[in-house]
Amino acid sequence: MSQLSTRHLLGIKDLTSADIQLILETAENFKEVINRPIKKVPSLRDITIANIFFENSTRTRLSFELAEKRLSADVVNFSSSNSSVKKGETLVDTVNNILSMKVDMVVMRHSSPGAPHFLARNVKANIVNAGDGTHEHPTQALLDAFSMREKLGDLQGKKVAIIGDILHSRVALSNIFCLQKLGAEVMVCGPITLLPKHIESLGVKVELDVRKALAWCDVANVLRIQLERQQIKYFPSLREYSLYYGINKKMLEELDKEIVVMHPGPINRGVELSSDVADSDHAIILQQVENGVAVRMAVLYLLAGVRA
Amino acid sequence: MQKRLVLNQQQIQIILKRFCHQLIENHDNFENTVLLGLQPRGIILLDRIVEELEKISGVKVPAGYLDATFHRDDFRRRDFPLKANETKIDFLVEGKKVILVDDVLYKGRSVRAAMDAMIAFGRPQKVELMVLVDRKLTRDYPIMPDYFGIRVNTIDTQYVVVEWASQGQPEDAVWITEKEK
Repeated sequence: MSQLSTRHLLGIKDLTSADIQLILETAENFKEVINRPIKKVPSLRDITIANIFFENSTRTRLSFELAEKRLSADVVNFSSSNSSVKKGETLVDTVNNILSMKVDMVVMRHSSPGAPHFLARNVKANIVNAGDGTHEHPTQALLDAFSMREKLGDLQGKKVAIIGDILHSRVALSNIFCLQKLGAEVMVCGPITLLPKHIESLGVKVELDVRKALAWCDVANVLRIQLERQQIKYFPSLREYSLYYGINKKMLEELDKEIVVMHPGPINRGVELSSDVADSDHAIILQQVENGVAVRMAVLYLLAGVRA
Repeated sequence: MQKRLVLNQQQIQIILKRFCHQLIENHDNFENTVLLGLQPRGIILLDRIVEELEKISGVKVPAGYLDATFHRDDFRRRDFPLKANETKIDFLVEGKKVILVDDVLYKGRSVRAAMDAMIAFGRPQKVELMVLVDRKLTRDYPIMPDYFGIRVNTIDTQYVVVEWASQGQPEDAVWITEKEK
């Protein structure tokens, strides 16, 4: 089967295991494409995509834009800081105005969880969620899974620890859904104040000691402390967080096995990861960024590919 | 369902040998020549030709697999996109003589897409096309093979099926069948 079960990518929760496999397999083909001398294919040349970002982003926006351009789509970019949203326009009005300029797909990042779902119900275009608040960030989870598979092969039975600020992380939630659908075991680890209540009901292990989490896992996916989403203090100081949850080279050397270290970026060096880990052979952080373009090309290609 | 044998194993073997000798005649020692098999089915013929050429001339000609899925002209015109296959080319085609290899030439659209995909790997000096079966009456694009095994008169309601022993079939064979209504 070479068709997704959905016409939007709103979250990993809505995807089937077969959908995820199809996206990852198609991304392998696109990874070969982006390593050619000419890194462009003409598939989406009659498609226009709007990248609508109501929240800051460097990697994701550049990655989507490159993916779109390498598929030959026409691209328009929009960020809320210099738009009519500031003048009081609603989300649906803003997007419908953009769509009336014959835009076929919308890639949206928004600070409100569920914003892309709302949009998908109210506008005609295909919607791709590029992060909605603390809810989901599906393409990040897909590129993480792709990078893990590239390094470790099939993820069935592999152990992945997600370490850091789980409470405010959309990457964590999407990763949990994605990894479980691919048969991996997932553990979350962080200070108790940064773990959502009842997170174990998602079928994940919970661990408070980062050393135990590292000893358990094959892959450590380390997340940033999202200070911008924290209205109150969840731990005494960054220094203390780093002391208890920061991962350094010595901790990795004490393990009796090699583990893979991942990070969705941006890294706060010296807080969750020390520089000697971030720049070591354990880390595949820059491969994740490269794979992000291939995975996003696969998502856009598969969503756009149904009969017009 | 009607099914007619067009080529049997022995005839296909003779054609493969003929292809090799034609290539040697035109490309001498293959110094500047590469072969590209078109995914998914052209690569089986390609592998056979590379093997046969090595037996006859002792030269292992550089060969790769080319997938043209992302260059097809029917994207968004089908119910869903086709699944891509692996492209495996570990050389540039810049300045090279390229021989595209496929099993059946039907409408010419796959070959057009393949040429489009190929130039992502450089500007070739010359491109030739080799097919086992040329369905000469059904072309949509002005594309003709430089080397063909057999030329058949078929119409759109017929299929040409190429079977390979290496793919689990009883023996190498080419059949013409009627599409089921």
